[in-house]
Amino acid sequence: MIAAAIRRGFEGHGWLIVAIILAFGAAVPILNLLLSPGHPLYPSSYMMVVFGRYLTLMLLALSVGLVWGYCGILSLGHGAFFALGGYAMGMYLMRQIGTRGVYGHPVLPDFMVFSNWDALPWYWHGFDQFWFAMIMVLVAPGVLAFVFGWLTFRSRVTGVYLSIISQAMTFALMLAFFRNEMGFGGNNGLTDFKDILGFDIQARETRAGLFFASAAALALGFAICRSIVTSKLGKVLVAVRDAESRTRFLGYRVEHYKLFVWVVSAMLAGLAGALYVPQVGIINPSEFSPANSIEIVVWVAVGGRGTLIGPLLGAGLVNYAKTWFTTAYPEMWLFALGALFVLVTVLLPKGIVGLAVSLRNRWGSRPKRPAAEPDAAAIQARPAE
Amino acid sequence: MIPGRPSLTESVLQSPSRLRVTAMRILLTITAVLVLALAAVVGRAEAQHELRGHVDALAIGGFAELEDAIAELAATGHPDAAPVLGMLRDGDLYVQPDGTVVRAERGGAGFLVSDPLTGEDLGEVGRGGVDRIRVNNNIRRAVRGALAGVTLMNPDPQIRYDAARTLSGAPSADMLEPLDAALAKEAVGWVREEMAHARAVIVLEPGSGADESTRIAAVERVAERANRDALVLLNAVAARDEGAVQAAAQDGIAAIERRLVIRDNAQHIWYGISLGSVLLLAAIGLAITFGVMGVINMAHGEMVMIGAYTTFVVQELIRNHAPGLFDASVLIAIPLAFLVAGAIGVAIERGIIRFLYGRPLETLLATWGLALILQQSVRSIFGPTNRQVGNPSWMSGAFDLWGLSITWGRLYIVIFALIVFAGLILLLRYSSFGLKVRAVTQNRRMAASMGIRTPWVDAMTFGLGSGIAGIAGVALSQIDNVSPNLGQGYIIDSFMVVVFGGVGNLWGTLVGAMTLGIVNKFLEPYAGAVLAKILVLVVVILFIQRRPRGLFALRGRAAEA
Repeated sequence: MIAAAIRRGFEGHGWLIVAIILAFGAAVPILNLLLSPGHPLYPSSYMMVVFGRYLTLMLLALSVGLVWGYCGILSLGHGAFFALGGYAMGMYLMRQIGTRGVYGHPVLPDFMVFSNWDALPWYWHGFDQFWFAMIMVLVAPGVLAFVFGWLTFRSRVTGVYLSIISQAMTFALMLAFFRNEMGFGGNNGLTDFKDILGFDIQARETRAGLFFASAAALALGFAICRSIVTSKLGKVLVAVRDAESRTRFLGYRVEHYKLFVWVVSAMLAGLAGALYVPQVGIINPSEFSPANSIEIVVWVAVGGRGTLIGPLLGAGLVNYAKTWFTTAYPEMWLFALGALFVLVTVLLPKGIVGLAVSLRNRWGSRPKRPAAEPDAAAIQARPAE
Repeated sequence: MIPGRPSLTESVLQSPSRLRVTAMRILLTITAVLVLALAAVVGRAEAQHELRGHVDALAIGGFAELEDAIAELAATGHPDAAPVLGMLRDGDLYVQPDGTVVRAERGGAGFLVSDPLTGEDLGEVGRGGVDRIRVNNNIRRAVRGALAGVTLMNPDPQIRYDAARTLSGAPSADMLEPLDAALAKEAVGWVREEMAHARAVIVLEPGSGADESTRIAAVERVAERANRDALVLLNAVAARDEGAVQAAAQDGIAAIERRLVIRDNAQHIWYGISLGSVLLLAAIGLAITFGVMGVINMAHGEMVMIGAYTTFVVQELIRNHAPGLFDASVLIAIPLAFLVAGAIGVAIERGIIRFLYGRPLETLLATWGLALILQQSVRSIFGPTNRQVGNPSWMSGAFDLWGLSITWGRLYIVIFALIVFAGLILLLRYSSFGLKVRAVTQNRRMAASMGIRTPWVDAMTFGLGSGIAGIAGVALSQIDNVSPNLGQGYIIDSFMVVVFGGVGNLWGTLVGAMTLGIVNKFLEPYAGAVLAKILVLVVVILFIQRRPRGLFALRGRAAEA
């Protein structure tokens, strides 16, 4: 059945996108490693790091796009799942430092020695094993999402109320992780990583490997989301988005559907965080800040909600713009981002993908909507409530 | 030198007869001055006769004699005795070779000498011309006690009160006698009260030799002061004494602890109300835009910030152009902040939000974008750092109410928040504008059919909510840092208050703000400020699960909209 679902996920343009992601993910590292810096096709190591980061952010945007675009849950707290995955990876990387820290303690990370901890807290045990850390990357955000979602969807908290309490959730977590007593490095977070799976984390080869891993994770995430939204389950999710009460009256257990997609989305966000952290070399509580979470939403809005390719485009474009602005005109970035929020919501409610679709409908040779994008149709058919 | 006119030296050298005349003149002048000075000194000496002897006695003999001399000087109860004792303690008293005691300060080549009683300048002497009166710790203690004794007789009641306080802080059995004397003469009630307390503290000292009934009475008197000092003292008594005194002390401790618990709780409630009123101010504008209009305004915090910056600008203008008006700056800023923030609110509503009605999630995103733009604009104009906003004099300081310390600033903010709340309720309830707002809230199409210009009402309502956020900013500028991030700190709390209290209900906002404020302050002593905040957030999140529409939910059709 699962195989069938995955096969269905690759129908239409789905397999093409997965193939493009994988090809890109393989080509850049290979070109970086094989070609000399003078070659016209040579991607610099800096570019590889930057684009590797974008790939993880695209996966994060995809997770938000799944719940918002297909189930109508506007999460303003997805940064929390991302950061939890990042912390799980960060804890593994901290344990790998071993005696190479400033204080040279074999077990305790530097910040614990510094603040006079005498033993490892119980929740740090096991993180010296890579497989355990990878499980926690999915389990930690998954459990948080399950508890939060189970409480919230069961009591039918919807719409802006849900957005606001998801924002409160990430805000509360941010305050908690800022506390030194929590044992996650407080203000400074986790940093000064040395190596991952025995490879030097700064080395070009490791960077290339992480780049490919990010691309593979994104392709996997895309395939999973694709198989969800093209299944019958996906149809129910769209129904929930468009008329929740009606779906419930038809006999569907709406909260179960929402909970499932919510937890999957949180796990994808956690995976994105886990791949993000080794590439930027730090994880700290500011990743939990509500502003970060709401920024993810605008990536999705720019790209186009209700599609899976939209979040990828949006995350890539907005983050590329952010990199450009913060080096060229740092004080202008917030103006640009703010304007983006306003313009996209007022003028481009369906984002870039929606714009492309309507342009093709107007001027294209084939007025037929592409079969791979049933969601764009769903948006247009959505009754004005 | 002025040309054409011989200098004095030249003229003296030139004419021997003139030299004689000049010498005579100088001599005469000196004599006259000396006579006058002598007369002054004699007159002074006569007036100070009694104390002069006591002061000079300070220089005779060793430490034991010095202690006696201090006691004698203090026993005179003369107002001039206290400053002399102070000089002795500070090591400023010196003795001249003729046995007179003077005050001397290092200066010039040696010492600048003056009279300790009158402060009269006695000129300058060489380094070896005076001898310091040495003091040790015993002498210092004796001086301290004696000073309190002397000041207990001072004509100024405030000084007598302070002396009594000093005594209860450093009790000594020697002071019982002067204290009793002072008590007998004391006519001012509050000074008497403090003296009686000091007496009780002294009686409870181990060496006081007072009998049991006096000590029990003293324990009871001390127990009336339900503060930490009294608790410490009674604990010492309970550990030291036996029998009835110990029992009385234990009773006293229990009574004080009961009162301290009550007072602590009252203090928490007050802090909670104070925090609650800040939350109320921040949230009440949101309650209008979110509750009444159903618009999620994420830029609400920035309206608060703009109000705070308006206060800053008003204060800068007043500082530079009319410093005398500074105390009124906050009052001037209130209407201005309302207008500035309100105008920006109307512009936002007309420019953006009206295109997004019925799409709450999009409104949320668009207003968040506006918040970023407003923040960055303020950062570009005023800089990213905190700006200094001063407190008017009538808002600084504190007063005591049943042992609670209440700052005027906080009290005014509580009152202000309640006034704003009441004003808003009255406006919505009794004005024609309020009627229109309620009509549009309840049924937009019906209201439009009745001839109400709903777009106009929307714009004005949004302006009202934003304007109230602006005046909240004026209040918050008095207690918080005025920086571009000011609004960010309040937006989540404000949403929590509105959602907790129930959307569309201003009374719910009041109850929600006060509840969250008080709960927060009660948790803080046990959990710490950050953890308390986290707990409150978690509690609100869980509460929303139980009652998704808040404490005071709208019922009926309106709730479905």
